[in-house]
Amino acid sequence: MPETIHLPILRLGRPYRSMDRLKLDAGAVRLEVSLANPGLIRRDLMGIASARAALRRHSAGALAGHCQRAAGLEVGGALPWGDGGDQQGPEDYVRALSALTGLPHTLCRANMRKVGDALANMPAVIAGLTRGLPLEIFDTGVTMRDGLAVNYYPAAESLGVALPSNSPGVNSLWLPATVFKVPVLLKPGREDPLTPYRLIQALIAAGFPGEALGFYPTTHEGGDALLLACGRGIAFGSDATVRRYEQFEGIQVHGTGRSKVLLGADWLDRWADHLGVLVESISANGGRSCINASALFVPGQRDEIADALARRLAAIEPMARDHPEALLCGFANPEQARAIDARIEAHLQEPGAEDVTARHRKGPRLVEAHGQTFLRPTLVVCDDPGHPLANTEFMFPYASLVEMPVGRMLPSLGPTLVVSALTGDAEWIRDLVNCPSIDRLNIGAYPTNRVQWEQPHEGNLFEFLFQRRALQGDLGALGRAAA
Amino acid sequence: MESGAAMNMESRIEGARARLDEHVRAMVEWHFSPGTGCPYWLDWARSAGWDPREKVRAFADMRRFDHFDDEVLRREDPARFVPAAYRGRPYNIFETGGTTGMPKQRIGWEDFRTDYTEFSEHYGDDFFPKGGHWLMMGPTGPRRLRLAIEHLANIRGGSCYFIDLDPRWVKKLITMGELKMVRLYQDHVVEQATTILRHREIQCLFTTPKLLEALAERISLVQAGIRAVFCGGTTMTPQYVRFLIEEVLEGSVRFAPTYGNTLMGLAISRRLTPEDNFSLTYYAPQPRAVLRVVDPKDPDDEVAYGEYGRVELTTLTREFFMPRFLERDEAIRRPACDEFAWDGVGDVRPFQSGSRPVVEGVY
Repeated sequence: MPETIHLPILRLGRPYRSMDRLKLDAGAVRLEVSLANPGLIRRDLMGIASARAALRRHSAGALAGHCQRAAGLEVGGALPWGDGGDQQGPEDYVRALSALTGLPHTLCRANMRKVGDALANMPAVIAGLTRGLPLEIFDTGVTMRDGLAVNYYPAAESLGVALPSNSPGVNSLWLPATVFKVPVLLKPGREDPLTPYRLIQALIAAGFPGEALGFYPTTHEGGDALLLACGRGIAFGSDATVRRYEQFEGIQVHGTGRSKVLLGADWLDRWADHLGVLVESISANGGRSCINASALFVPGQRDEIADALARRLAAIEPMARDHPEALLCGFANPEQARAIDARIEAHLQEPGAEDVTARHRKGPRLVEAHGQTFLRPTLVVCDDPGHPLANTEFMFPYASLVEMPVGRMLPSLGPTLVVSALTGDAEWIRDLVNCPSIDRLNIGAYPTNRVQWEQPHEGNLFEFLFQRRALQGDLGALGRAAA
Repeated sequence: MESGAAMNMESRIEGARARLDEHVRAMVEWHFSPGTGCPYWLDWARSAGWDPREKVRAFADMRRFDHFDDEVLRREDPARFVPAAYRGRPYNIFETGGTTGMPKQRIGWEDFRTDYTEFSEHYGDDFFPKGGHWLMMGPTGPRRLRLAIEHLANIRGGSCYFIDLDPRWVKKLITMGELKMVRLYQDHVVEQATTILRHREIQCLFTTPKLLEALAERISLVQAGIRAVFCGGTTMTPQYVRFLIEEVLEGSVRFAPTYGNTLMGLAISRRLTPEDNFSLTYYAPQPRAVLRVVDPKDPDDEVAYGEYGRVELTTLTREFFMPRFLERDEAIRRPACDEFAWDGVGDVRPFQSGSRPVVEGVY
């Protein structure tokens, strides 16, 4: 009989056992997760001033230090697991997370390290977001730059984040808010309550005030309450999620990424040298991230590139979750895998598209293996960028490949989270850096999932949470107040 | 002692059952006699080919009727439901539904007063302080509730202020994905209530659970002088009830949750005990209305105690006859208790709410 561990709601420092619970099977343990009714979240926000006061008792520098200490705890420490006194080591976390989400242990560890790196590199991350403002800006609101007073003030009293379950690494996005002294309220994804809970425990153990962190597993309605009542909200989801919240300027939605790799005409002859970049862009993290490439644009040699790439992708086979080389993720909900497979097959019936990986893989796309349901990597060649399979993305290693002249690539992009442009063509690079459709741009042989801590990523959290105000006059007292 | 109490309970249940059977005979006699019945049911009996007055002698015989089709209440002119005995007396027209197309309409004269007088008598003088003024924040318009709450306030010696909310518009906004407008509308409603509470002495409140929450996010109900809240409208899970009692009502404002609608009247919830763990159980105003929890696959049969089933409503008053209407709700069948000698319905929620999305809105 597996042990049952109860994850309480963390009501800004106060654990709360709800009577509504979600039961999850996490392998060796059973989880019961307390669910917050929407009003409970709004009610807690009525007392958000004390959460902010708790943060104000720490300097931003000290909070950044807490983050760095939390990095070590998150990756290597034993931290409270639920409210029953159990401790969760990193491998406990990896095994349970894998059982809940279908992510292989390798990817659970990689995501844990990614989040740990974000904590460890917090000063660099924040410098990237603020373009080098000193951390004191979060203590006083004011700093001097070239003899000019620069004043930033928080645009909201708190940040609400409705997290997804598909990739634990996205938790790195909200972490800087803790140093910005903005209380953070988290709604975990249904299948991954563990990552945000563990992060909160690591931050608290490192010295961070628990009153400034909320953990609210809840329903969709509760998610609305959290996003709408926090002043600023971040949600992850599909195009439908984007449409749902676009009427609220305080809510930023990370929708489908539609990230792409573009091959320049100047690098066309060298495509074979960079197959690894293409494979990694498509398949890293099991193809689950919005920063995975879902489309490739090439200026020629389409069929040769497609065949070689398909051969590499088709070699990625489902493995047991604890296999040291596992890369593909099982679907927590097998119905979702079946629906995706059916949709791809239906669109393949439309003229102008071919699943090139079908030539090379050892069986159908949809496969039951190692007690899970998988979708094998899929590369579809499309004659036209308007084909329904050409500009879409799915939660597994999937990409389309379209041939077009370089001059047509940028007009064909559409909103794109990451572009990796394999080129050295100065003129085209100028067009790329000025293209409004691209959120993050890699120039050269870099996969789309590349992270550079000093650069803002997936929306600038600082710009989302703070506004600049003109400040002039007698500012001497400000210095005295800060001292 | 215990067996004595059990026997006493048994005889109370038996007594209630006998009163119900007697009431069924009287109501069937009334509605299917040409001198007293209404055109709709008299015509129905002619085409059905059997006389309910002969065949229905107890509540168990009600199964001879098919489940009432509520489309009838949209299709038929309300005048077809005027009993001959009431002919010539103007009636109230009450509506339910109507977000799209025709609403369901029920006519009435005194039923709402009877129902709410009984509700008032169930609670003592102190629960809703006698003489205290009321505020109703919720759907008024063509609903029975608006007149009923005013009657309730009046018979307890108080007057009632009203803040309207149009649930049809709210449902439409939700269906259109206009979340922002829903919030603005809710703010507009709650702001009006806050203003009244700040400027007038009010001790009793009727509202819906969600509006109650929203109101308490703006002001402390305790500090505003509210002593008791009468609440009904949407699903209240045990966690939600606990949250309302402990936090929204600050553990001190008295709470009277009810389940009801235009077709039934209102079912009162029994007093919560620690053993209930905040799970509500409602009891129909029997014999005027009867709630059964039936097997959705075979609605002739009731489910066992403690199990979920679909809620079936039978209304039996001189003004309105409605046999075996299957509600859009499901509930747990619960046994009789000290306060009510007949079955109750527990933890009511929308029918099959576990398997499909349900729009419940802010009201």
